[in-house]
Order: sequence, then structure tokens, then C-alpha cells
Amino acid sequence: MPDTPYLIAAVTVSAAVTWALRALPFAALAPLRSSATVQYLSTRMPAGVMLILLVYCLRDLPLTETRALAPALALTVTAALHLWRRNALLSILGGTATHVVLMSTVFAR
Amino acid sequence: MGTPGTPAAVTDVPDRSAAFKDSTSVGLGLVPLGLAFGLLVTRSGLDWWWATAFTTLIYAGSFEFLLIGLVVAVAPLATVALTALLVNIRHLFYALSFPLDRVKGSLGRAYSTFALTDEAYALATGERARSWSGRRIVWLQVFMQVYWAAGATAGALLGAVLPGSVTGLDFALTALFAVLALDAPRDRRGDLPTPLLALLAAVVARLLFPEQLLLAAFALFTAGLLARRFATAGEPRHA
Repeated sequence: MPDTPYLIAAVTVSAAVTWALRALPFAALAPLRSSATVQYLSTRMPAGVMLILLVYCLRDLPLTETRALAPALALTVTAALHLWRRNALLSILGGTATHVVLMSTVFAR
Repeated sequence: MGTPGTPAAVTDVPDRSAAFKDSTSVGLGLVPLGLAFGLLVTRSGLDWWWATAFTTLIYAGSFEFLLIGLVVAVAPLATVALTALLVNIRHLFYALSFPLDRVKGSLGRAYSTFALTDEAYALATGERARSWSGRRIVWLQVFMQVYWAAGATAGALLGAVLPGSVTGLDFALTALFAVLALDAPRDRRGDLPTPLLALLAAVVARLLFPEQLLLAAFALFTAGLLARRFATAGEPRHA
């Protein structure tokens, strides 16, 4: 088990790297903000970024096992709720509740 | 209030209220996610208050889930740093469109870059946010981090009482990205190629670079967008 000094160091390193990744590009990109290409990217990247992150969350889905049905069904519930009601809170809670129920019952190890 | 406030205080209240309203729908999705994170912290054998420390000091949702596994295994700090770099590399791209130029003051900008999470990025770059003031954006980020840290703390404290058979709460992160992905295209109705390009980049990255999916997918997606722009540009390139 990790001791406290190690945990403090890990948190510090993580915070420093994460903040640097977020802050440094702003300084470097100041001259670029007026570029038409940058503006083109800025209007199109948000949707794509979220999709890539979604695939990232599902990257370890065990496609050859029936257990994969739990996240697949939960994702279907999430998307269906959102297309139907457009309420983010309802969609996230509904999908997560579906996943918890399935993983704790039908697909419990 | 009975006493007149300073101009900043007067304008701050509507921005704060508006930000709270803005943050509610997506931000409250962070609560079950935070609960899941806090639960995982205590189930990993760490003290409950580390959930509070992690979410207050780092505030990088998906990476923090990975961090639990790393610290429990007492991974070398170089591994922790490298993982933080690779998992959060996507934040380099957020500078392209996050409206930091609207945020005034060095403290505001420092916090705004610190709290530039996926959710804050998605909300602040959406169509509705075109008219938001910098102060409103910063308050939005404050509220969202409060949801995250409060959820994690509550989850950690609940960790001791929830039965061990309750599992699968970490799906909240996947659901959150699915919701944000479904909401984003509404800002650009009819722009189907962009999500298809992102999906293609993610699948190709998953197949060719499974260990560095995020880095590869973002690079491919950006390259694809640039190629598409120059291939379809109507105006001369030298303009």
C-alpha cells in the first residue's frame, strides 16, 4: 500500500502535468487565434473530441463475452433517453442505473 | 441585500446565477461519477479523504480513475506523470477553441485553465455559450468542480456502507461522454462528416495504437479536419 508522502507526490505530479497541458497551449496559441483555419477547427472539434472520448471509455469492452451486453445496453438506454428527452441528467442517471443493475445482478461475477 | 455593492459585485450575481443554471444539467452528471470515484477510492484501501484531495487538487475525471490503480500499485512517479500526460493530452487541443480571452484577471485565468475539463470545454464552446461572459464561464467551472469534489467525498464516505455487490457505477463517465457527443452536433446540424471522421479516427487508433488510443485518435482527427478544410476551401489559400 502507498504511504502518504508517495500519495502527495503522485497528486502533485498529476496536478502539475494536467494543468500544464491545459495552460501552456493558450500562451503558444495567442498568435493563432485570428487564423481562419484555427477558427474552422474550433467549431468542429468539440463534437469529435467527445466521440473519441466515448470510444476511449469503451476501448476495453470484452466483445467476445456476454458481459459486454451490460455497457452496450446501458449506452443504448443513455442515447435513447437523450434523443427522446434531451435531459442530460436523466440520460446519465438512467444509463448508469441500468449498468449498475445489470452488473450487480445478471452479469455479477 | 440592503446595501449597494460595487459594480463588480452587482454584475457578479447574475453571472453566478446564470452559471449555476448552465452547470446543472451536465454538472449534476458529475455527482454520480464523483460517487463512483469516491467509492473506488475507499474500496482500493485508501482513506476517504483522499477522494476529496484528488478531486480538489487534480480535477481530471477519467485520469483520476486511472490514478487510483497507479497509486495502489505504488507506480513510479515517472509512470504517473507519463500516464497523466498521455491520458490528458487531449487538453492541448482545447486551447484552440476555449474562450479564455473572455476571462479577465490572472487569478480567473489561472483557475479557468486549471479547471478546463472536458465538460467545461463542451459547455463553453457550445452555441449557447457564444454570449457568455468570462465571469460566467469561471463560475460554471467552480460549480462543476464542487459537484465533482462533493460527489467524490460523499462516495468515499458511502464506501463503507454500500454492499460489495453493487458495481458498475463507473459507467457514469461513459454515459457523460455519450450525452456530450449527442449534444455537440446539434450546434452544427448537417455537419455529419465531422463525427464520422472522429469515429473513424478513434477506431483506427484503437486498432493500430491501442496503448496510445487518445493521442493517436486526436492527432488523426485533427489531421483529417485540416485535410478536409484544405481540400474543400473555396477561398485562395494565400489569403
